[in-house]
Order: sequence, then structure tokens, then C-alpha cells
Amino acid sequence: MEQVGQVVQRTEEQVLEPSPWGGGQSPFAVSWAKLMMWLFLLSDALTFAALLSAYMVARLTAGVWPHQAAIFNVTFVVGPMTFILICSSATMAVAVGAARRGERQLVVRYLLLTILGGVAFLGMQAYEWTHFIREGGRLTGWAGHVPEGVLPPGAAMPAMFPATFFVTTGFHGAHVTSGVIYLLVKAVQAAHGRASAESVEIAGLYWHFVDLVWVFIFTMLYLI
Amino acid sequence: MAPHGGSAHTDGPWYRTYVVVWFWLLVITVLEIGAVAAALPRALLVTLLVVLSLMKAALIVAYFMHLRYERLNFIFAVLAPAILIVVLVAGVAPDGFNAVLLRR
Repeated sequence: MEQVGQVVQRTEEQVLEPSPWGGGQSPFAVSWAKLMMWLFLLSDALTFAALLSAYMVARLTAGVWPHQAAIFNVTFVVGPMTFILICSSATMAVAVGAARRGERQLVVRYLLLTILGGVAFLGMQAYEWTHFIREGGRLTGWAGHVPEGVLPPGAAMPAMFPATFFVTTGFHGAHVTSGVIYLLVKAVQAAHGRASAESVEIAGLYWHFVDLVWVFIFTMLYLI
Repeated sequence: MAPHGGSAHTDGPWYRTYVVVWFWLLVITVLEIGAVAAALPRALLVTLLVVLSLMKAALIVAYFMHLRYERLNFIFAVLAPAILIVVLVAGVAPDGFNAVLLRR
């Protein structure tokens, strides 16, 4: 009997004594939900990395590549889209901070501002896609003749240019759309006082990730 | 940024850090667009744009996603798989550069 008692006591000591992990039974000191969101975002980051590295290879292999500034309006459409997404990320960060402080009204207000940013971004992307399709961009290649100044004289439009554009920005746009729906659900829950501070923070992680991915898409597809 | 990051929690309103990070993200974006408009030499431009976007990514992950304030082993667990992205790029890049070299 005494031996069994000692064994039990020793096991408890092992569990409770400070370990190099520091967190005892929760080595990362985060909840499972937050850990799972981070794991999902890591896998999603690898998906986007695959799309962007495929873009890089397609572009190098193609030889000629269109002059982006001649097709996309970086100063008045894509630049402002980037600006709006950064602002919506900042308002999301404030919403998370407000949720931690239990200021429900502030959470709802800043979540709605974030959603507004997301919707504005999507609207501008729809405009961008419409413009691109009217110019001749198709998923499988280019329809009609290429506008003046886009390619060096005599060069053919690489089919991978519109393909990589549609797939990469489309995949990101789908993430923004899901994010807007996710945040709408959170805003309704928060308005009824049913959103925990942590669930708002996890939604925030997703939204910031969408902004993070756009940083690289913006740089690689529009600027470089 | 690093030496000031810790004190950001104590001085000013609680959202001060977010405003500062938001400001710098916008400044870097303007710098990026400016670098393209300035028509810098190609190699310099690409390097600069990659460095600037990595800076933006670091600001977002560290401050907006609060990774900087997490436990150190969690930070390592999250950042370590990013090596896979480097492996991915390093794995496919030779294909692209081979095509460039063969065309010459």
C-alpha cells in the first residue's frame, strides 16, 4: 500500500515539477484551438508558397513576361487594395485587444470596420478581374490581341501569365471571402455577448494571415 | 524596433503598438511602390522588394498575430516549418534558372 502511494506521489511530482518546457502539461501555454489555427495557417502558408514558387518558375521559364504596369493599375487600384487590407488588419488587432478588455461594443465596431475593409478589397479585386478579362486574360491563355506596350514587339503572350494571375489572386480572394463570413459570424456572436475573447483572437490570426499572404502576392505578381 | 517593443505595453494607450505597426506597414508599402517607380537596376530592385516584404511579414506576425508575446518554444514550433518554404523554393528554383541559362 505504502509503495503504491509513493509511486502516485512521485508521478504527481513529475507532472507538477517545473520542466524545461515550462508549461507543465501545456508546453506551449496556448489553448488547443489557437494551436490548431496556427497549424492550419502553417499548412496554408505552404500552399501559397507552392503557388508563388510555381509562379516564379513559370515566369523564368517563359522568357518574356508582360510589363505589369501596362496591364494592372498599381497606383490607383492594387496599391489602395494593399492599403485597405493593411488598415483592416490594424482594426482587427484593435478588435482583439478590445475583446481581451471585455469592451463588447468596441469589439463589434472594429469587427464591422474590418469586414468593411474586406468587402472593399473584394470589390476592388472584382473590378481588377473584370478589367483583366476585358483586356483578354483567360485562365488558359490570352484572347484577342495584346495591348500596346505590354510585351516587347513580336513576342507572344505567355499562357502562364493569366493562369498564374487567376489562380493565385483567386485563391487569396477565396480566403478573404471566407474571412469576411468568419468575421461576420464573430461580429454577430460578439453583439450577443457570445464570442469569447480567445475566439475573436483566433479569428484575428486568420485575418492577419490573409493580409500576410497578400504582402507576398502584391510584391511578386504586381511589383517584381 | 526590438528594444522598444517591450515598453510599448506600458506607455500610451493600449492600442499604441498597433498604430505604430500600421504606420510602418504603410510606409514600407509606399517605399515598395516608390522603388518600382524609381526604376532601380533589376537585381537591386528584386532584392530590395523581397527584403521589404519580409520586413512587413515580420511586423504582422510579431505584433498583429502576437507571436512575439508567446512562449519561446511556441515561437520556435511555429517558425521552424518555415524552413520547408525555403526548401520548396530552393528545390524548384534550379528549373527556372536552367531555362534562363539554356536560352542564352
